[in-house]
Amino acid sequence: MHHFIDRRANPKGKSLGNRQRFLRRARENIKERVDQSVRGKSIQSGSGVPDEGEKVTIPTRGLKEPRFFHSSKGGLRRHVLPGNKDFVVGDTIKRPQGGAGEGGRKASEDGDGEDEFSFTLTQEEYLEILFDGLELPDLVEKATVETETIGTRRAGLTTAGTPNNLNLVRTMRNSLGRRIALQRPTTKSQRDLEEQIAELEALEERTPPQEAFLEELKKRLEGIIRKRKVVGYIDPLDLRYDTFVPEKIRNSRAVVFCLMDVSGSMQEREKDLAKRFFLLLHLFLERCYEHTELVFVRHTHHAQEVDEETFFYARETGGTIVSTALEKMKEIIEERYPPDEWNIYGAQASDGENFGNDSVRCKNLLLKELLPVSQFYAYVEIVDEAAEMLLNNPEAGEDLWQNYREVKEQAQHFEMQRVSQPGHIYPIFREFFLPKVKGAQNAGS
Amino acid sequence: MQAVRKARKPLFDGPEWTFELMEKARDAIEKIALGDLGLDVYPNQIEIISAEQMLDAYSCVGLPLMYQHWSFGKHFARDETLYRTGRQGLAYEIVINSNPCISYNMEENTMAMQTLVMAHAAFGHNHFFKNNYLFQQWTDASGIHDYLAFAKNYIAACEERYGLSAVEEVLDAAHALQSQGVFRYGRPPKPTNEELVAMQKVREGYESGQSVLDIWTDSTMGRDTLEEVEDASFSARRKLMNLPQENVLYFLEKHSPVLEAWQCEILRIVRMLAQYLYPQKQTKVMNEGCATFVHYYIINKLYEQGQITEGAYMEMLHSHTNVVMQPEYDDPRYSGINPYALGFAMMQDIRRICEDPTEEDREWFPDFAGDPDWRKVLRDAWANYRDESFIQQFLSPHLIRKFKLFTLTNDADLPNLVVSQIHNRAGYKAIRRDLAKQYDLAYLEPDIQVTDADLRGDRELKLTHTVRDGIHLDEEDQDEVLKHLRRLWGYDVSLDAVETSSEN
Repeated sequence: MHHFIDRRANPKGKSLGNRQRFLRRARENIKERVDQSVRGKSIQSGSGVPDEGEKVTIPTRGLKEPRFFHSSKGGLRRHVLPGNKDFVVGDTIKRPQGGAGEGGRKASEDGDGEDEFSFTLTQEEYLEILFDGLELPDLVEKATVETETIGTRRAGLTTAGTPNNLNLVRTMRNSLGRRIALQRPTTKSQRDLEEQIAELEALEERTPPQEAFLEELKKRLEGIIRKRKVVGYIDPLDLRYDTFVPEKIRNSRAVVFCLMDVSGSMQEREKDLAKRFFLLLHLFLERCYEHTELVFVRHTHHAQEVDEETFFYARETGGTIVSTALEKMKEIIEERYPPDEWNIYGAQASDGENFGNDSVRCKNLLLKELLPVSQFYAYVEIVDEAAEMLLNNPEAGEDLWQNYREVKEQAQHFEMQRVSQPGHIYPIFREFFLPKVKGAQNAGS
Repeated sequence: MQAVRKARKPLFDGPEWTFELMEKARDAIEKIALGDLGLDVYPNQIEIISAEQMLDAYSCVGLPLMYQHWSFGKHFARDETLYRTGRQGLAYEIVINSNPCISYNMEENTMAMQTLVMAHAAFGHNHFFKNNYLFQQWTDASGIHDYLAFAKNYIAACEERYGLSAVEEVLDAAHALQSQGVFRYGRPPKPTNEELVAMQKVREGYESGQSVLDIWTDSTMGRDTLEEVEDASFSARRKLMNLPQENVLYFLEKHSPVLEAWQCEILRIVRMLAQYLYPQKQTKVMNEGCATFVHYYIINKLYEQGQITEGAYMEMLHSHTNVVMQPEYDDPRYSGINPYALGFAMMQDIRRICEDPTEEDREWFPDFAGDPDWRKVLRDAWANYRDESFIQQFLSPHLIRKFKLFTLTNDADLPNLVVSQIHNRAGYKAIRRDLAKQYDLAYLEPDIQVTDADLRGDRELKLTHTVRDGIHLDEEDQDEVLKHLRRLWGYDVSLDAVETSSEN
């Protein structure tokens, strides 16, 4: 009549489909806010998006569910309210501000009146939306490097195999089908017969017809037993085994070199901007490759590989020789990251100052050594907020900038941009990674 | 209540629940509910669910199965945020009007709460669903699961065949007209003989059908062929198209010149569900009142019989008191009249009038004041009324005084609000009428009807909003809904407002 059911073990995420439809619907609104949120983000750790997700507040436009309902203004209404203290009939009360009496907008069941709507995006959803439409830089010279390992994959069923691979469901299904087709007598029919026989045999005296009946029953039982023996419950024919075949699995790995000038001219502001760029690049590549590593190289007049903490927060003084960092990167690649196993990305941030004629050396290093083994190399120059002239004019610039411009003309997977404030980072990042029209790109070379 | 006595052999002791304990508690509750109160219930299916699943159930308007749509995802995201940040608790239970009657209990509940919740939902609401005339006449408790499964599969199949966006467009539009998708006053027009024959034919064709999309469905039946309606004059047209028609979704399903069969079926699904949920909207006060009365009676009985400990009893009372609290109008917590509070108070009051009537009660309720069988009086009330008529019939002066009800009149033409009635002899009847009106859905929801559609002429769909007491529609939303309506109709749609003023 009644029963209890424990549903707690039911699969979660029953409304996942609804959520996907909702995100799809609200995509425009969400994207806008996600872009904003990453611009204003202050980055404390290596990853800017917490594992538990990111809270976003989106405008409700496009998400309203309109209904016909009574306006809260005008007309004649009566409201019955509880808790009269000292009112008598005829008392007047000032209309509440806004003109709506209590109970206005009752028809708006879901509180759509709010203009904003907050909820939490998972990390996955956040990144998905953040990097929507971006793709790995067009790899003209090199294809993405992949390594192969051997794994196994299910490959259907076979009739022979080891017992541990026995597929019970399929085996039993075959067995049942065969038993039905060959009309194997059931245990029950055998038992019924046996009972009948036992009953008859238990009689002390039997009439001739009973005797004949008993004989017949015995014969039938014998037949059943024989048939049950011939048509087995499970026959070797029924057996099915899962099979697995070895398969080559492609793995892709990437290493991101973050190069930064830490000489005295790079202050907190400059470092913070650089950090945002590195972070975005890392997040993006992490989504594209199964495994990514980060290498931090800082330089003044000499370069060293450091950990993240030191990279961003330790102070260092000295001159500025950019090529040392490039040399270091080359060294590390030779030592640890063979280019046929790793996808190599370079990201360099600097304020554009360099020593003497070192910039020419940088150009040569990039063109001859680094770019041929890299998938992509980005240079971000951080300029003063006041230096609008530089921002608007890519032709103007110091030695390093000029040399890098020459590099750009020769290598398509090299990109350079100037930034002066946090808001610039995300747009230039998108610019780097948006799918490009081939013709436009080749026009320069 | 009897003097406090020690629980002799409590059903349970301690906060943790187990299935055995719940089984025991359920049996004890059933004995009182059926034996003592004389309730009549569907078989119960009590399901234990986690908080996450409760949120799921919330977003699908409390139904166990639901087709997929972004608005459910939106509500889920909002409820989840509110819940996770602690700004909103979750209901202890959700109960579904179905046979068997499914109720969801949260796993976080203590054993005392589970007991309370079972008494409330599995017997209180269950009895109400099974016996109230609105549910009996308008909902099919045995068929709802199959129908929901059909709806879900059908819409999923449509998404696959016609694309997410196309289905979303129809659903958005249908949702916008959901409140205009119910028959308030009468049953849908019966199919004619020819239609019945046609249905039979299509149904036979369905036997060989392959896909769920080719299924025979009612929505494609009784659609007018254009020729049939085209030559009709206005009056004949009105007859053919059953005009005026209060159920706008029904009208579109049958007569829209642009909708394809699958789109009509989606409209039908939306309006069928709206109709299924309509009785619940009409009986909030009674339904909660009935369930709250039943749980209150049962926990007291259990306690009197020594079946629950004092601790458990206090916990249940604590939660009961929270549920039936009614803040006064000037309290910051006030947000309208609490249906639990009003409903419970009215049920208790009916029992009081039967058991211990005053002179005033005898004068106001000669039919049942002093009736020795209060259980029967209550059961009759639960079976034969909806909120509006129930309040109109049973709200006593005693309760009006207890709640200190007063009527505030808000006339846009006057500078101030006016207190028009208070809880005195002159005001009882008027307050009762005003309050009853506050629960009349036909009054609360805009009265919008299809009045004409000339298929031979410009095919403009004419709707009429009957304006009562000078209350118009919210314009911003109205324009949005009309856009949806235009999409479903395919031609121009106009909405006229006709003013009437109600009597009194």
